[in-house]
Amino acid sequence: MSRTPGAMTRLLGGRSARLLVLTLGAVAFLFPFLHMLVGSLQKTTTGDLNGAIPTPGTLTTDSYANINDTISLGRSLLNSGVVTIGVLLSTLVFGVLAGYALARLQFRGRGTLFAALLLVQTIPFQLLMLPLYVLVVRDYGLGDSYLGMMLPFAVNSTAVFLFRQFFLQIPGEIFEAARIDGAGELAVLWRVAVPMASPALLTGCLLTFIGPWNEFLWPFLVTKDADMQPLAVSLAGFMSNLQGTVDNPTGALMAGACVLAVPAVALFLLFQHRFTHTNIDSGVKG
Amino acid sequence: MSIPAIRATGDAPTPAPTGQRADTPTQRTRPRRKFPLPRPGALFVSPYALFLLVVFAVPLGYTLWISFHRFYFTAPGAEFDAPWVGLRNYQDVFSDPVVLRSFLNIAVFLAINVPLTVVLSLVLASALNAKLPMRSFFRAAYYVPYVTASVALVAVWQFLFGAEGLVNNLLGDLAPDPSWLVNPVLAMPVIAVFVAWKQLGFFVMVYLAALQSVSKELYESAALDGAGRVRSFLSVTVPGVRPATTLVAVYAIITGANLFSEPYLLTGGGGPDHASASPVLVMYQRGIEQGHPDFAAALGVVLVLFVVVLSLLARKLTEKEG
Repeated sequence: MSRTPGAMTRLLGGRSARLLVLTLGAVAFLFPFLHMLVGSLQKTTTGDLNGAIPTPGTLTTDSYANINDTISLGRSLLNSGVVTIGVLLSTLVFGVLAGYALARLQFRGRGTLFAALLLVQTIPFQLLMLPLYVLVVRDYGLGDSYLGMMLPFAVNSTAVFLFRQFFLQIPGEIFEAARIDGAGELAVLWRVAVPMASPALLTGCLLTFIGPWNEFLWPFLVTKDADMQPLAVSLAGFMSNLQGTVDNPTGALMAGACVLAVPAVALFLLFQHRFTHTNIDSGVKG
Repeated sequence: MSIPAIRATGDAPTPAPTGQRADTPTQRTRPRRKFPLPRPGALFVSPYALFLLVVFAVPLGYTLWISFHRFYFTAPGAEFDAPWVGLRNYQDVFSDPVVLRSFLNIAVFLAINVPLTVVLSLVLASALNAKLPMRSFFRAAYYVPYVTASVALVAVWQFLFGAEGLVNNLLGDLAPDPSWLVNPVLAMPVIAVFVAWKQLGFFVMVYLAALQSVSKELYESAALDGAGRVRSFLSVTVPGVRPATTLVAVYAIITGANLFSEPYLLTGGGGPDHASASPVLVMYQRGIEQGHPDFAAALGVVLVLFVVVLSLLARKLTEKEG
């Protein structure tokens, strides 16, 4: 698109012009997904318009069978699932504890820890990959293990931040009342704070989910054994090494891409209203 | 890592009042003791604090240490010497043509990715900022690539921009030769466009939120002063969303410093001939594939410094603006 902002504003004046721009945008965003889906169903996957418009009679699910034979989809999905669920549970337990303490409790080092929480979010994980690889794979011997794949993501700092913000919004009197009734901090957290926090917990789960489910670099570094690889890694392996081993390799690749994309996209669409809403509220407006 | 920069600044106005609110009840209910028991707060955060220590602090320190020593991979448990070599690894990094090329590639990436992201996301957010039919459909459509795995999206883009792909078929005789992903001039731009496409939905949301805080009165007074639509967009909207623009630009820079899956998979290992290599890809190839972790650690330190300086700069800029 080569329009200047000026021309754009003039265009945006009318409602139909807005809708035109938005529709063009939606096509640009969604078309590759259509191409992926149609390509995965074609008998011979081609890069012409047949790959964008499903034609009855040329469709088959062979590609799904092919990719399943080559990289064993079930096993890969299981690995992705175990790692993702492990990270989710650990973020929920330790993240809620930390978020509650950062929001509501007084202890030495609270300011430092909060500063660290903000700082680590600006340090891209990739930059720590080398020392982490040496420590996790060479020193701790956690290569080819679920624990090794989970460790760098075990507690999602963005989720901790989100939980903290949420607990800050709950009126202090509610916690005060529970404490006066003699509840210990753990009871206050478990019986009072957590039941009120379900919207934050859901958003926290969604944004935590897409991390380990979609992650490629780290599990790629720590898994050599194909039986331990999550789907993103085994599919990337297929992309770079195994395409020659099946008929219609592009179709098989598109089939694998669909299987990898569907869980995250489906979860997002199911909860999308809440997801974007909370993101913006706790994010930009402050 | 996705939302951080925005979250961090969004938080800025809150700490003062909320901090007090949190302090008072605890101080009132718990009188000071001479030897206080560990407070529940400290116990609650200890797993997370330990996690930050193990996954961030220790690796950061370790990477610094490795970067000043000659360091090899050995069998687990084997003892070996790692002699101090001063700045030699850093000299190697700065005199390595592939490293320099990878930084040049990131400059190309940023030169394309940042303006594209800022303009397109501001345009789409402005268009979305009204009562419209199917508004939530559009929002969701823009967000879908952001939540999808890079590996899946890279697979489709490889297909789309491949020699036999849809883009070349539509272009016919105009298709570039050599094709996009194996063309030394076009490989990096395709990656920059890919990343802009994948992340755009997130930035549309950022701008959409920022647009809510631009005062309606400013538009009215601009109109009173005789400003047309174009003029008021440039004089009211663009400055009004500047903090968001700064964050978008800085976030793009951090993403650029982090590129790995795209050059590794989309252009087959940073090809052709390192024309799309990124610093993180070089770290992987040198450090892990070729077994020079010390070189890769020094490169990592250089990158961390790059990112930290930019993050501080971003904070400063947004505080001044916002």
